[in-house]
Amino acid sequence: MRLAAAARLWGPPGLLLTFALHPALCLRPGRTAAPPHRDYCVLGAGPAGLQMAYFLQRAGRDYAVFERAPRPGSFFARYPRHRRLISINKRHTGKANAEFNLRHDWNSLLSHDPQLLFRHYSRAYFPDAGDMVRYLGDFADRLRLRVLYNTTIAHVTLDKDRQAWNGHYFILTDQTGQAHRCSVLLVATGLWVPNQVDFPGSEHVEGYESVSVDPRDFEGQNVLILGRGNSAFETAENILGVTNFIHMLSRSRVRLSWATHYVGDLRAINNGLLDTYQLKSLDGLLESDLTDLAVVKDHEGKFRITLKFFLEESNQSADAITLPQDDNDNFAMRVAYDRVIRCLGWKFDFSIFNKSLRLSSSGEFSKKYPLVKASYESKGSRGLFVLGTASHSVDYRKSAGGFIHGFRYTVRAVHRLLEHRHHRVPWPSTEHPISQLTNSIVRRVNEASGLYQMFSVLADIILLKENATAFEYLEEFPMQMLAQLETITGRKAQHGLFVINMEYGRNFSGPDKDVFFYDRSVGHTEDAWQSNFLHPVIYYYRHLPTEQEVRFRPADWALPRPTAIHHIVEDFLTDWTAPVGHILPLRRFLENCLDTDLRSFYAESCFLFALTHQKLPPFCQQGYLRMQGLMGTESLRRHGIESGLLRDYATVGRPREDGGQRPVGSSPAPGLPVQPLDGNKEEL
Amino acid sequence: MMSSSFNIFRVGISFVIMCIFYKSAVDSLSELSPQKYFSTLQPGKASLAYFCQADSPRTSIFLEELNEAVTPLQDYGISVAKVNCVKEETSRYCGKEKDLMKAYLFSALLFNEVKYITTLEDLQNIENALKGKANIAFAYVRAIGTPEHRAVMEAAFVYGTTYQFVLTTETALLESIGNEDIENAHLYFFHCKQVLDLTLQCRRTLMEQPLTTLNIHQFIKTMEAPLLTEVTEDPQQVSTIHLQLGLPLVFIVSQQATYEADRRTAEWVAWRLLGKAGVLLLLRDSLEVDIPQHANVVFRRAEEGVPAEFLVLDDIDSLISHVESNVHVEEIQEDEDEDTKSPNMDVQDDEVAETVYRDRKRPLPLELTVELTEETFNTTVVASDSIVLFYAGWQAVSMAFLQSYIDLAIKLKGTSTMLLTRVNCADWSDLCTKQNVTEFPVVKMYKEGKNPVSYAGMLGTEDLLKFIQLSRISCPVNITSVQEAEEYLSGELYKDLISYSSVSVLGLFSPNMTTAKEDFTEAGNYLKGYVITGIYSEEDVLILSDKYAATLPALLLSRHKEGKIESIPLANSHAQDIIQIITNALLETFPEITVENLPIYLRLQKPLLILFSDGSINPQYKKAILMLVKEKHLDSLTPCWLNLKNTPVGRGILQSYFDTMPPLPLLVVVNLHSGGQVFAFPSDQPITEQNLLLWLKKLEAGLENHITILPAQEWKPPLPAYDFLSMMDAAASQHPTRKDPECTKETDVQENDKKQHEDKSAIIKEPIETLRIKHWNRSNWFKEGEKSFRHDNKEL
Repeated sequence: MRLAAAARLWGPPGLLLTFALHPALCLRPGRTAAPPHRDYCVLGAGPAGLQMAYFLQRAGRDYAVFERAPRPGSFFARYPRHRRLISINKRHTGKANAEFNLRHDWNSLLSHDPQLLFRHYSRAYFPDAGDMVRYLGDFADRLRLRVLYNTTIAHVTLDKDRQAWNGHYFILTDQTGQAHRCSVLLVATGLWVPNQVDFPGSEHVEGYESVSVDPRDFEGQNVLILGRGNSAFETAENILGVTNFIHMLSRSRVRLSWATHYVGDLRAINNGLLDTYQLKSLDGLLESDLTDLAVVKDHEGKFRITLKFFLEESNQSADAITLPQDDNDNFAMRVAYDRVIRCLGWKFDFSIFNKSLRLSSSGEFSKKYPLVKASYESKGSRGLFVLGTASHSVDYRKSAGGFIHGFRYTVRAVHRLLEHRHHRVPWPSTEHPISQLTNSIVRRVNEASGLYQMFSVLADIILLKENATAFEYLEEFPMQMLAQLETITGRKAQHGLFVINMEYGRNFSGPDKDVFFYDRSVGHTEDAWQSNFLHPVIYYYRHLPTEQEVRFRPADWALPRPTAIHHIVEDFLTDWTAPVGHILPLRRFLENCLDTDLRSFYAESCFLFALTHQKLPPFCQQGYLRMQGLMGTESLRRHGIESGLLRDYATVGRPREDGGQRPVGSSPAPGLPVQPLDGNKEEL
Repeated sequence: MMSSSFNIFRVGISFVIMCIFYKSAVDSLSELSPQKYFSTLQPGKASLAYFCQADSPRTSIFLEELNEAVTPLQDYGISVAKVNCVKEETSRYCGKEKDLMKAYLFSALLFNEVKYITTLEDLQNIENALKGKANIAFAYVRAIGTPEHRAVMEAAFVYGTTYQFVLTTETALLESIGNEDIENAHLYFFHCKQVLDLTLQCRRTLMEQPLTTLNIHQFIKTMEAPLLTEVTEDPQQVSTIHLQLGLPLVFIVSQQATYEADRRTAEWVAWRLLGKAGVLLLLRDSLEVDIPQHANVVFRRAEEGVPAEFLVLDDIDSLISHVESNVHVEEIQEDEDEDTKSPNMDVQDDEVAETVYRDRKRPLPLELTVELTEETFNTTVVASDSIVLFYAGWQAVSMAFLQSYIDLAIKLKGTSTMLLTRVNCADWSDLCTKQNVTEFPVVKMYKEGKNPVSYAGMLGTEDLLKFIQLSRISCPVNITSVQEAEEYLSGELYKDLISYSSVSVLGLFSPNMTTAKEDFTEAGNYLKGYVITGIYSEEDVLILSDKYAATLPALLLSRHKEGKIESIPLANSHAQDIIQIITNALLETFPEITVENLPIYLRLQKPLLILFSDGSINPQYKKAILMLVKEKHLDSLTPCWLNLKNTPVGRGILQSYFDTMPPLPLLVVVNLHSGGQVFAFPSDQPITEQNLLLWLKKLEAGLENHITILPAQEWKPPLPAYDFLSMMDAAASQHPTRKDPECTKETDVQENDKKQHEDKSAIIKEPIETLRIKHWNRSNWFKEGEKSFRHDNKEL
């Protein structure tokens, strides 16, 4: 991460030196002896950089990771200041399924080595940041990832070249002036430049990055904290018990992550101050735009809050400056503060990238994040991808793409994209007969972690083969790139497709919403579309949507309007395997999309159909006719006869009272109604 | 996850805020002042308020009842509160009378209100009051809280601003307006708006469908539609709300000359068909499309693509009955859809899923098989020869097969060297993926660290047992002496395996035929578990080839049942060819067809000649057919026979061919692969070689009639799916402003208290609604409450 932090330490002369040396050292000799070339260069050996390195290494690609620090994960060596990570390390779920367990492991990176799971590194539910540093170090070492430590990339430029994969090379210059030429640049430097707000008196403000973490330093003080994120509350939490009071100030109202389902909002683990504020302690929260404020130091060395325009009005000494309370004697911040601490988060370091890379643009949002497409490729330079926390603009405040448990999957998606683009390895897929369609979906929605973490960003895709007799299953495709699916994956989508996504209810959550309202859960399958909690949603398209359709989709829709849509009703246990509550409605949906019968049958039924019909249902065609019919046992047969779905043929043809003949096959009499086990009803 | 709820949340937001004013001794009935009550009304949330002067003894019973009703009402999302009318209170809900009892149902957004009435007089009063102003929807429901009641209230929520909703539960009232059917709920639409003469009665239209939200919506939509529309377009092109609602259109064809009379007729028809069909007046003179000369009525169904019918009808009654009979059919279908579709969609129609589900509570002796995990898998399959069943605990087909697998374990208990194991891929997903298992169920055999062999046979106990037994020997097995070869061919060598493989295959090669041997070995490997193969390539191989008249390289096939050994030359045959030769050799000339073996014979793609027999086949018939086979008369067919004792499902087949069970034995030819015709050998003729031959000749010449043709249709979805897309669309269009409950911030409420109250009362200009809760516990308090109810009806 923090590659170019060196620039700050050196100060301007260092940078100037680099510029001066650049033409001298690189360009001229560079023409004669080309700088060392690599197909893939990864900037930063943090979680995202190491994750990408892992995939590149497994694929046998030519790559290197550049890291300015001597060990991986240097961000975590310093942050969070109070050392407690807020990503959960759930070591027990009651399940053995490793993929499922990753849904509740927010710290591990993906690898084939089960020893490299975070639960082997910490027993704490909210682990210590030091464990993360140790974990990342082990990850790089055990997997022998090629990381060039102590290498600070100070400058990145483009070198146009028709031979290059992307029409240009990326030239990286390190602190020694050494240049590196890369075909593809993967930027995983994270967000590490502290956000600062410019207002008069901001020089009196201490930053989160350097403020003392020793509560004794705050004994009996009045503290004002600027910011309302997790770092602000973490800081407050640490000193809550020793200060006179803490006031917290920010522009927006506090967003609680349990109300927004966004892990980046204020986590309950940090919100002790909210509790005491609402319980009439002296601590409190205030809302105001920081840019309107000013901090002045009075003669006692205490800090007074005033408004910027008061300062502009008069040019007097600090003690004579107008304070808001002069006019408005109950102004909330009329007390003097001993300390003002800024905890305003971080932003991306744009400074090392040459303008020609067009990583940034104007606009408030893009000051924090570089501009990327939904495929994580830079909008400005082909072949430059942004990974990890810095790529969070794609799903900011929506999904988990800015966090390890989310970007470990988006990194994999980028890697799959690159494998196809540059090495003609199509997006991995498995092919199955159509009789396996329901199973494939049920399996994935019940265990897949990528879908679960990166809900509404990564989705599974099912591509139907001609006549819908078979299908290909593609995992975790960036769904906003759906229109470009064929070029990105190298797979054909000529005969229709399903998209399997996970979604929260439309209007369920958001800041200030009561997510505990009565009737918040839906139990009936016919109300599944009103499900509020995260649940699988399946879109069916006859044709691949176009780019236009994706871009101009209806508001609140994750994808363009499909031909048909199915919601699997939300489940308290996130276990969508109930035969009647979950699987049956899903099968009916798939059947109606494909206009076929996807039921499974015993061999005896297939035998009957084979001799009484010219055509067979897919299950019999793809199983029984290939000598893989399901024979069943006597006890199952008896149940079948009781249910009316099977007939007792031993008695057929004996004189029958009703004398009528049942239609054979296509519509077995429904028989006794089945009592569905509708656990959800009880739940309400 | 976050969806479990507790009682405390049931009370809803309004209750939480109301708590501040809560002081009554009543448990869950909140009590508050009128301003407070109005200020807490939630858009889109119904609440029931009870206004009272003070806790007078007369009202206490009512309060008790109301209190009991709190929970059931909250189940419907209606919050209940008691409002104290203090003396100076001027809210119009607080009446002056001391014993006043009213309960109001508010829907704060719309303030549509439903009047509850008990007598005919009430109804007439309302009717009179609204003449020339608004139409009335009058509903009778058997009791409050029934689904019909709820449907009416929901309709009132949507349409309450447009129509006056009136509700009764009084059977006498229903009877007094001429409806005797007190068992069912009814909805009348009173067309009062256009009544200008106050002495006239409003026209009434009875809704004939059952009271469901959808039906009421549809009914009211048709009431809103213009009674009669004049059109000059092609009837096929006209579109009205009726078509969208699935109702037909009736066009009365008119001409200039008779326009006035036609219009009167059409209006009359329109009144009679209101709610059943749309009526339009079609002006023939200005019409560009031709319609038949004599037709005076055009009838168009709602279904797309059905052409319009041109009718000549003499009187209105026949027109009405024509429409009604057609509509009726549709209605019944729709009703069936409504009644049977929704519940039936949730009924399992997958036989495997249903049987497995029904059997779920029977404990299986799973301990007979070893459950493997990610940790134990590799060591186990390396340490011992193992069969592994990969299955998924949630998948019905897997679980059905698991039962067969356990049965197999019971059979093999203590006798097999093969370890029976299983892996639940729902738990060990990664392990299954690593073993290349992505579908379920899959059986693999792991032997001596060699590449695992996937089992490709029927998923049943017998077939898997056969596979395991035949896999015991290597394939092909190496025969080392002529004597051993003879034992092998006679079946002596693998006596215990002969019952699993009726054929033993022996490849004969000179020692130097390396490629041929390799090919044969490959084929043998491929067929491992399905047939016994052996290889002999010693120097003295000529002894065998001479004896069996084989040219090397060659195959010897020993059919143990028939005691015959035949030889097939193998020159230049690749592994694939050898596999083909052996599989073909396994086919019998006149097999007994069973559930297990039918697919092999279907692969031949020939029509089946099946002899159905109740028990063993008559040797005479067998002989006759074998003769025909021998004389090559049956080359274009697959002759076989079916024993109904072994394969009872054969009865089902016969039943679909013949309406009643025919006498047995019976011979049929089933042309499965081209045309699907089924021909039956005449049952009055004895099955002899000559008769059969003659019949087959006639068949070939096309002189025989088929008895039936097998249906050729595709397998369609057995039932429709939920159309969530339409539901979402409907929700989006019906409640554009509806949002999820939002919590108003505490301070906002206080600050805006007054303002909100003013706003709200401005909206409640004419609160006409009174829904009286009555039947909560009829026997208890009916007598007590009766008088007072009568009393304040005057107010209505």
